[in-house]
Amino acid sequence: MAEARLGWVEQLGKRTLGLIAEVGYLSALLVESLYWLVAGSFKRQPVRVSAVFSEMMRTGVSAIPIVFLLSFSIGIMLAIQGIHTLRTFGAESQVVIGIALSITREFGPLITGIVVAGRTGSALAARIGTMVVSEEIDALRVMGIQPVRYLVSPVLLAMLVMLPALTVMADFAGLLGGAVYSAMDLGISYAAYADRVISVLKTGDIFQGLSKSCVFATVITLIGVANGFTVTGGAEGVGRATTRSVVLAISGIVIADMVFTWFLNR
Amino acid sequence: MLTPEPQKGNAELVIEVQDLVAHYGRHKVLDGINLTVRAGEIHIIMGGSGSGKSTLLRHLLGLRRLTSGRISLLGQEIEGIHRQALLELRKQIGVSFQGGALLSSMTVGENVTLPLREHTRLDESTMAIMARMKLEVVKLGGFEHFMPAQLSGGMTKRAALARAIVMDPKLLFFDEPSAGLDPVVSAELDELILRLRDAMHMSIVVVTHELESAFRIADRITVLDGGKILISDTVDKVRSSSNSRVQDLLNRRPREEELDADAYLARLTGE
Repeated sequence: MAEARLGWVEQLGKRTLGLIAEVGYLSALLVESLYWLVAGSFKRQPVRVSAVFSEMMRTGVSAIPIVFLLSFSIGIMLAIQGIHTLRTFGAESQVVIGIALSITREFGPLITGIVVAGRTGSALAARIGTMVVSEEIDALRVMGIQPVRYLVSPVLLAMLVMLPALTVMADFAGLLGGAVYSAMDLGISYAAYADRVISVLKTGDIFQGLSKSCVFATVITLIGVANGFTVTGGAEGVGRATTRSVVLAISGIVIADMVFTWFLNR
Repeated sequence: MLTPEPQKGNAELVIEVQDLVAHYGRHKVLDGINLTVRAGEIHIIMGGSGSGKSTLLRHLLGLRRLTSGRISLLGQEIEGIHRQALLELRKQIGVSFQGGALLSSMTVGENVTLPLREHTRLDESTMAIMARMKLEVVKLGGFEHFMPAQLSGGMTKRAALARAIVMDPKLLFFDEPSAGLDPVVSAELDELILRLRDAMHMSIVVVTHELESAFRIADRITVLDGGKILISDTVDKVRSSSNSRVQDLLNRRPREEELDADAYLARLTGE
């Protein structure tokens, strides 16, 4: 019995240490990526602009259709639920307030984050993991090319630009979805809807969403990259890392969202 | 273990390893390695699977931390080296990995120009010309627009070699040049290694388990077994070594394991 309990305690200790080590590794990665973004040019090892742009295309531009579609759907869904709930009080015309605030403060950044975590987080883990397995990372190192500068910094910068940009688009798409359903169900004109949205929203609501999206960008990038760099065990290991990075990135986003929202709304 | 031959004359040492000890977890993989590589020589590091030769290579490349001992490359200590100094050192070293390790998202030409692009301020056309020159050296002229996945095994190794020599390194490492290649292609690579040494005056370290290839190109051979150096000497002296384990390796005789009945039983029962 004592032995079994010790085993359980040991397990807990081991996992806690593992978690601390992982957080430490992620922090080190973040610091190093930022270091190269800032100091790379002075050290004559700049982060290539062309690499940043191609990452922006890959992580941002090609995610536009899916982010638009999902945000639009969420907008419609919020309108349906909102109208249904508010009808109890006969206040269904107030649905616009609910849609405007929840889309910009919460759903816009969250949906964008989840979509990008699924697309980019997994792709990063797979790409870097494959490079680890085929010794490409070692090859970069021995050529005197810092893998973090060459592979991670461009992605981090691209994500920090594109995730907020996608979030702005997601906000519009969500509001549009809400407008379409409200027009159909309540007969609110698009102009009246827009007026209402503009009068309700404050700059702070939009910025709350955008600042969250920057945190999500960092979380997705670091988790994807870290899982890629720590791949062991060949192709199977790459598969495991990819799955793990998606699950962790989405969990990370949701938890970070909760913490962030808590702090911002106190 | 036979002690390495004392240094001759003033031959410059490009690699010096002293009392290197390395572990994987608790398992000791390299034990008391002493090794010297002289300027302009082709030095073969030979040994069977699990002999520690790949680990030794990773240490020489500064990719792993050592437990104890010291390694110096081109007169520079590797342990505790400053980041910038390590970068400068690595510009003078070329490495061709076993699987080529070409970046799969880039063409062969882009792979070969990568070190130039990162470390020099040459313009595009000069870099392209230099890349083509090196590809010609490895007989891959005209293949610069191919993707690595489109190359055969031998071509991949040659492309990796072109990338390794594009900065005209003083020291070239070649990991398993013959692995997975047919004898003709393998012999061509051996010729190429000899030509590189003669034409470009490089010091070349080749890690291999191919005996034939090793004896064809080596100036000196280091034989590793179980993480220790059995012998590190000229080709003739390695051939005539009286060490039975060296002879076993050279004559491809399997090692006969002495069977202890009790130990065997304990192993089977997992005790």
